[in-house]
Amino acid sequence: MNLPRLGSRDFLKAVRPFAGLFVVLLLFALDGELRSVIFQGGNFKTILTQTVIVAIGAMGMTMVIVSGGIDLSAGSVVALCSVVTAKLIEQGHSFAAVLLLTVLAGGLVGLANGGIITAFRMMPFIVTLGMMGIARGISKWLANNQTVNPEQPLESVNSLMDNSQSPLTFFPLPDGVWLALGLAVVMAVVLRSTVFGRYVFAIGSNEDTARLCGIRVNANKVAIYALAGAFFGLAGVMQFSRLTQGDPSVAIGLELQIIAAVVIGGASLSGGAGSIPGSVIGAFMMACLANGSSIKDWPNYMQEIIIGVVIILAVGMDKVEPMLQRYFRRGK
Amino acid sequence: MPPRLQIDRVAKRFGPTVALDGVSLEVAAGEVHALIGENGAGKSTLMKVLSGAHRPDAGSLTLDGQPFEPSDPLHARNSGVAMIYQELNLAPDLSVEENILLGREPTSFGWIKRGERRRLAKRALEEIGQPQMPLDAPIRSLTIAQQQLVEIARALVGEPRVLIMDEPTSSLTQVDTENLFGVIERMSQCGVSVIYISHFLEECQRVASRYTVLRDGQSVGTGAMAEASLEQIIQLMVGREIDEIYPRTSRSVGEPVLELNGVAGLAKPSCVNLTLRAGEIVGVFGLVGAGRTETLRAVFGLDRLAKGSVSVFSQEATRSTPAKRLANGVGLLSENRKEEGLLLNRSVADNLTLTRLGPVSRLGLVSDTAQSATAKKWMAKLDVKASSAVQPVGELSGGNQQKIALGRLLHHDARILLLDEPTRGIDVGSKAQIYRLMNELAGQGKAIVFVSSYLPELLGVCDRIGVMCRGELSEVRPVADWSEQEIIRTAVGQAEPREAAA
Repeated sequence: MNLPRLGSRDFLKAVRPFAGLFVVLLLFALDGELRSVIFQGGNFKTILTQTVIVAIGAMGMTMVIVSGGIDLSAGSVVALCSVVTAKLIEQGHSFAAVLLLTVLAGGLVGLANGGIITAFRMMPFIVTLGMMGIARGISKWLANNQTVNPEQPLESVNSLMDNSQSPLTFFPLPDGVWLALGLAVVMAVVLRSTVFGRYVFAIGSNEDTARLCGIRVNANKVAIYALAGAFFGLAGVMQFSRLTQGDPSVAIGLELQIIAAVVIGGASLSGGAGSIPGSVIGAFMMACLANGSSIKDWPNYMQEIIIGVVIILAVGMDKVEPMLQRYFRRGK
Repeated sequence: MPPRLQIDRVAKRFGPTVALDGVSLEVAAGEVHALIGENGAGKSTLMKVLSGAHRPDAGSLTLDGQPFEPSDPLHARNSGVAMIYQELNLAPDLSVEENILLGREPTSFGWIKRGERRRLAKRALEEIGQPQMPLDAPIRSLTIAQQQLVEIARALVGEPRVLIMDEPTSSLTQVDTENLFGVIERMSQCGVSVIYISHFLEECQRVASRYTVLRDGQSVGTGAMAEASLEQIIQLMVGREIDEIYPRTSRSVGEPVLELNGVAGLAKPSCVNLTLRAGEIVGVFGLVGAGRTETLRAVFGLDRLAKGSVSVFSQEATRSTPAKRLANGVGLLSENRKEEGLLLNRSVADNLTLTRLGPVSRLGLVSDTAQSATAKKWMAKLDVKASSAVQPVGELSGGNQQKIALGRLLHHDARILLLDEPTRGIDVGSKAQIYRLMNELAGQGKAIVFVSSYLPELLGVCDRIGVMCRGELSEVRPVADWSEQEIIRTAVGQAEPREAAA
C-alpha cells in the first residue's frame, strides 16, 4: 500500500474519518454552551480516557474486519478479562503479571474463536456469537455472579484509567491513554507495513487469491483472532481500572460500539479495507459525541440516535460517492 | 407454413469483440436441431439473445411467423421459448411438485390450489414419460439426472414452442443420457422444437435431425444430420486459418522438471500422465468441463489429490500446498482472474509482489518505495497501461489485469508456470504480447503448461500438445504429430485408436 495521492479516491477515503471528526468538533464549537466546556483541557482528558477501552478493542477488531471476519465476543471478553484482572490482583500478582496474564486470557479466547472458525469452516458471525455467550457465562461463574473487589488494590492498575489528578488540566494524562496511543502507532505500522498486515488485507480482499498466492490463510486467521482477543483482554484490564472492580455484567453491547468505531473509521464489513488510525478516530468521535450530549444534558436516547445516524452517514458516504461519480460520468 | 423459429442475420458485439456476426438459423415445429461449435464460437451468446438476456444489434427473430423480440428471460418464456441451462436452477429444499410449478402456481385469491398444482405437476411428468417421479421428494434427494428431468418438466408446464438445452448431458451417465434422448423424442413428437447444444458430436448425430455449425460468430454450415458425416462437421468447426503470428525462437529442452503420474482428483481429473521439461511449452487442449483446470489446481495443491504422484525437479512431492509449490518455484495463473486471480480492490503493486514480499521489504517492513519501483519495472516490461503503481487492479482492462497476474509469476521468478487460459477474454494485442512473453520465458529455460480452449494458439505456441476428454489426458505428442481434426476428435471423445508406432 502506497500513500494515496492527494485528491485521489483513496485519499478521500483515508481522510474521511478525520474530516468527520473535524465536522463534529466544528459543530461543537458553533454552540456557545458546548464551546466553553468541551475544549477545556480537563474535559478533553476525560474524553480521551473514555475513548481508551473502545479504541483498544477497535485495534483488534480492525484486523478481524479487514480480514473479512467479525468478532461479536469482544464485549464479553472484556467483561471476562476485567474479572480475571480482579482475581489476579486478589492473588497478589505484580502489575506486569496481571497485565500479561489477562492479555493472555483474552488471547486464548481469540485462539479458540480462530481455531473453530478455520477448523470447521464456520461463519465467524456464528462462532463468535456463541463465544459471546460462553465468555459472558464463564465471567459470571468465575466472579460468582457478583462484582469482584480486591481487598488489596493494586495502585498501578487502578491508575491506568484514573483522570482525577489535576482534573482541570490536560496533562498529566493517565497511563492508559499513553498506552493506547503507543499501541495505536505500533498497530498502524503492523497492519499497514508488515508482511503479516499485507496478508490480512489480501485475505480480506479475496481469500481464494490469498490461497493462490501461497498465503497460509488458516494459520493467519487463527493469529488474527488470537491477537484480537489479546487486545480485548487489554481492554478488559482498562475496564477493571475504570471501575476498580471486576464486573462480569459490564460491557454488554460493547462489541457493537467497537464495530461501529471500526466502520466509522472506514473499514468495510466485507473485508479488505480499513485502518487503525481511522478506527481510533472513530472511537474518539463516538466519545466526543457522548461527551457533548452529556454536557448539553441530553438524555441517553439522544446520544444513541446521534451515534446511529453517524454510523449510517459514515458508511453511506462510501455508497454515495461512487453513485455521484457514475452519475456525473454518464452526464458527460 | 412458416418455420417455428427463424433467426435471420443476427449480430451482437460487446465493445470491440464481435460475438455474433450474422447468424441465421431455421427450426421447424417438432424438429430437434443441433447447434455445434467450439468454445467461443458464439453459441451461448446466441442462446442469450434467444432467451432475452441480450438484445441483438442487428437481424431479426421470428417465432411462428410473428416477430419475436424478447425483452427479458421471463418475456421469452411466456412467449414460448424456454431454456434449460447447464447449471440447474432448482430450489433444492422444495419438493419436485413445488419446483415444477415454481412461479406459476395455480392460485385463487392468493391461496395456492394444491390439488390443481399436483394435477399439473403430474401431467408434466407424464408428458416426459416420468410418472414414477416422487412428487413430494425434496430436489436435494434426487440424482442430477432426475433433477434435470424436473427442470424439463418445469419448462413443459409453460407449454413451450421452443426448448433450448445447453450441454444437457455433461454431467449424466450413459443410461441417463439414453433416457434423456427418449424424453427429447417424446417432446419432438408433441410438436415442441428443441435446440440441442452439445460438444459431443455423436450425441448430436443421435438425437438431432438437423444441425447448424457456428464458428467465430457466424453460421458456417447447416443441413440434415443424416446427410453429414462427422468428418464434414469437424471440418466446418475447425476450418479457419491461423492468422495470428506466433513467435518462436529456438529453445533447448532440458531436464524433466515436473512429472505427473496417474494424477487424479476427487471428481476430475481421472488420470493424467505428463512429463514437463525445462524450456518447453506443453499445451493442454480440451472442452469446457474436461478437467483441465482441476488438474492444474490439484497439481498446485489447491485441491485434494486423490491418486497418483507428482515430482517437482525430480523430487517426489505429491502432497503439497500452494505455499510449498511457490517455494519450489511452481506458479499457477488462475483461469478466473476476477474471482480468484487478483485482489481487485488492491493496488497493482500489491498484486504484483504478493507472493514474494521479501525483496521489497526492509527490516521486516514492506517498503512502499521499493514496492512501487519493482511494480514499475514489471509494468514497463509487460507494457501495462495503468495510471500508477497504486491504482487498484480492478480498474484496469482485462488484458492489463492478465498481465499483472502473469507479472506476479515473473516477480516470483517461478520456473514452472501453470497457465490456465492465459488469453481468455483479452484483446488481440495483449494476446500477442503474452505469446511473445511465453516464448521468451521458455527460451530462458522455464517450463510452461499452457491450458487453452483455443486451438490455433496452442498450435502456434506449444512444443507438445495433449488433449483432455472427460478427465483423462491423452498421449502428449509433438505439435507436428497432430492434425487439428485429430485434436478436436480426441476432445469430443471420438479419437480413433492409433498405432503404437505414433
